[in-house]
Amino acid sequence: MTEPLLQVENLTMHYTTRAGELSAVDNVSFSLKKGEALGLVGESGCGKTSVALTVLKLLPENGYIKEGKIIVNGKDIVPYTEQEMRKVRWGEISMVFQAAMNALNPVYRVGDQIIEALEEHQPQMTNKEMKQKVTELFELVGLESALMDRFPHEFSGGMRQRAVIAMALSCGPDMIIADEPTTALDVIVQDSLLKEMREFQDQLGMAMIYISHDVGVIAEVSDRVGVMYAGRLAEMGTAEEIFHDPIHPYTMALMSSFPSTVGEKTDLVLLPGEPPDLLNPPTGCRFHPRCPYATDVCKEEQPEFKEHSPGHLAACWHPRGEQS
Amino acid sequence: MAETTITGSDLVKPDSLWRIRLRLSWQAFKKNAALFAENPVGLIGFAIILIFMLMAVAHPILINTVWDPVIYDPVTGIDITIPFHPSPPSPTHLLGTDSFGRDVLSQLMFSTASEFALGAVAAIVTVLIATTIGAVAAYYGGIIDTIFMRFADLVVMTPFVTLLIVLSTLFEVGMIELAIIIGLLGGFGSTTIIIKSQALTVKVRTYIEAARIAGGGDARIIFRHIIPNLLPLSFLYMMFTVTSAIFSEAVLSFFGLLNIRMSWGLMIFTTQFSGYLLDFEKWWLIYPASVAITAMCAAFYLVGRGIDEIINPRLRRR
Amino acid sequence: MSENGKNTDTLIEVKDLSKLYPADSGLFSGGDTFIHAVSGLNFSIKRGESVGLVGESGCGKTTTGKLLTRLIEPTEGSILLNTESGDMDIATMTSKETKDFRRRVQMIFQDPYESMNPRLTIYDTVAEPLDVQGIGNISERQARVSELLQTVGLTPASSFLFRYPHELSGGQRQRVAIARALVIEPDFIVADEPTSMLDVSVRTGVMKLMQDLAERLEVTTLYITHDLAVARYMCDRIAVMYLGKIVEIGETEEVLQNPRHPYTKALLSAVPIPDPTYKREAVDIKGGVSKPINPPARCRFYPRCPWADDYCESHDHPPLEDKSGDIHFTSCYHWEDNLEK
Repeated sequence: MTEPLLQVENLTMHYTTRAGELSAVDNVSFSLKKGEALGLVGESGCGKTSVALTVLKLLPENGYIKEGKIIVNGKDIVPYTEQEMRKVRWGEISMVFQAAMNALNPVYRVGDQIIEALEEHQPQMTNKEMKQKVTELFELVGLESALMDRFPHEFSGGMRQRAVIAMALSCGPDMIIADEPTTALDVIVQDSLLKEMREFQDQLGMAMIYISHDVGVIAEVSDRVGVMYAGRLAEMGTAEEIFHDPIHPYTMALMSSFPSTVGEKTDLVLLPGEPPDLLNPPTGCRFHPRCPYATDVCKEEQPEFKEHSPGHLAACWHPRGEQS
Repeated sequence: MAETTITGSDLVKPDSLWRIRLRLSWQAFKKNAALFAENPVGLIGFAIILIFMLMAVAHPILINTVWDPVIYDPVTGIDITIPFHPSPPSPTHLLGTDSFGRDVLSQLMFSTASEFALGAVAAIVTVLIATTIGAVAAYYGGIIDTIFMRFADLVVMTPFVTLLIVLSTLFEVGMIELAIIIGLLGGFGSTTIIIKSQALTVKVRTYIEAARIAGGGDARIIFRHIIPNLLPLSFLYMMFTVTSAIFSEAVLSFFGLLNIRMSWGLMIFTTQFSGYLLDFEKWWLIYPASVAITAMCAAFYLVGRGIDEIINPRLRRR
Repeated sequence: MSENGKNTDTLIEVKDLSKLYPADSGLFSGGDTFIHAVSGLNFSIKRGESVGLVGESGCGKTTTGKLLTRLIEPTEGSILLNTESGDMDIATMTSKETKDFRRRVQMIFQDPYESMNPRLTIYDTVAEPLDVQGIGNISERQARVSELLQTVGLTPASSFLFRYPHELSGGQRQRVAIARALVIEPDFIVADEPTSMLDVSVRTGVMKLMQDLAERLEVTTLYITHDLAVARYMCDRIAVMYLGKIVEIGETEEVLQNPRHPYTKALLSAVPIPDPTYKREAVDIKGGVSKPINPPARCRFYPRCPWADDYCESHDHPPLEDKSGDIHFTSCYHWEDNLEK
């Protein structure tokens, strides 16, 4: 239990674009223990998906890891070749993306597509064992096992997303990265899917990184939460710390600008401006142009991502808005 | 884009609206030109076109200054100082003379202008018709769409050369007539089908609904919202039409179906007529015209490819 | 919203509104299957009011919005728009009336990247309704557009007027869309998920702007959204739609605090709450939404309803009634029996 399952150290990832270098992930460090659910939250372009792609080394042609380590089960995978990565991707880290539900091949039965993945990665299994495995997986994600002989077009969006999750679980990974898996779904379907994800995650003792822009969803699924802004981690801590005792002004604003259906109807906090252009990020703290507490030091120096209380980290010169 | 920012003082004179628009168009043009310049394929095509343009411009100047029209006129000229025609290239006739004693270089340069005119007229006719019909058919759909599309099928199925043979027996087909015929065939045929399929994707965009909400009628939606979004593709097909027009002219001239004074196709026809077509020792009779045809077709095609890369949405993001 | 007398009269009244789409090509089957996208809708909107139309995808909320803006024609029913010269029926307008109608009703679309012609400048986009309706000369239009850009927070207006949509961010574009909708001072605006494509920090700004403008300019709004939390902030009343029917309608806080229809209850308890210590009620309905293809004559919610019984099966879809007399209408036979829950 002492060694984390995944340890990301000072990870920096850049895209080369026509207009120049885009720093999508900048000096991000975090770790994930066995069985833990980490939520990554932030707005579009904050780098949360880029972190997922980098950890899986699924970067597009123009993206490259500039610096840092990604340690999975004690081994740094940054120097791994594509061939070595393929093993890591199914056996150790698996993934589900938002668009994944559209990635099922329409001409094959859903069950057969999972069997195909099993054949590739666990060739020692017999046909019967594989069928049995698919049945188990279907039950795990809340699908009736009879559905495995159906085609993807006979599935609703929620069912397809479940099938994709079943496929991601097929090789018994230690952790799963889920990038907005419920964003395209309706709330009632989203609700039952989230519930099942938590259930099988507990049952399998699997770790999970759950990426979402929806603060509500993050609150539901995460033990710990990382808040990203403009390619950097702004804050990280337990879900309760992040939601009830945020340190970083961005987290504070994010939490209070999200409307809720329950509780007092409080006034939503308005954050001025828009997220920065990562081709040309602001100097110092990247949040300073929008921060109500910003001072000169924020403009000049990048704050260190440091511990404010055990396990509660933030990168801010004025934690909780305090002026020293 | 910072440079498109207009300062507050422009608002004081509202009549300068057209000037602002002109400036915006100029900026858009500059941006696209810069993108075009990044692409060697398009630039090579453009360079070849420039060379042909120089040739077209140079011919009348040369005829009026250094070239004696009696000798160098592309149709009636003859150099009687040379005993045998066709004569090989020499200092007086850089590309030699043809079997009638006419200067090949002069013929080549003289024809360039009409090839450009042919291509331009054909392209403009094609694109005007194809864009309008494509947009109208896509917007209204139903019976209007069916009529135009079935007619397009019919035009595409028509054998071009056979049609031209029939037409040339009915009336004299010159450069302009040919250009209009090619333009009509493209405009009602294959180009319409392509532009219409693009128009269908524009028609379902939300901004078309937004235009209806604003109160826009059918004509406004078609001409202000659909057609401007088809123009990049139309422009691309203009380039391809030029290529096919020049090529068609060469084929038809070779068959002697056209009533024109001089053209690259006619130069090859003359060579064939005098029995030198397969005589490679008389290379100056075949190569100048056929290289010119190939180069000009290729040039417009390459420019088209260059434009294609600009309007390709994946490259348009900055 | 009825403090002053002016606000009490009805601006929009929808009666038995239905929209059916043929569900197949009809070549062999005779075309007798229809998707009942919207069926038998009855509701009204008061002047100055903001009504939220809430539901999952496929419930007919966007179709309703398009019917009210006459982007599509209804199959049945009427939509009365109150004007100074009497009521105008949107469902059966003549083309002359349509022109007048386009001055009175505007729409804001979901996707700010899609709802603007990429080849028109911001000025041309916002001025389009003025241009079409022939209002003002060029200098007046330019002044009006600048003023509106200022109003929606795009300052200085002169630096936005002659830019193209692709040079603006999503939030800025949605502000332009709001300016376009307001430029001819409409009476009524249909806003179809105007903030659902925007990021949280940008969304709040747009929401606040819309609230502020609706109040200041006394515009009546139909706010279509799938997000109950957003509806809570934007709407005076909420109508919950399910498979082409309104199942519940009432004052926003009343509906959210005391939902009566089982579907509303389920929808509400399925919304994730941004608080890790909050324990939500379990959602007790199953399955996803199907398509309303030739629905049988019973409650539309019957197959998924936890309260369903023989009575529900043998009777038509329940009427939208206000049995309690507190302007909280519910379309359910059993809501009173389950009140204690």
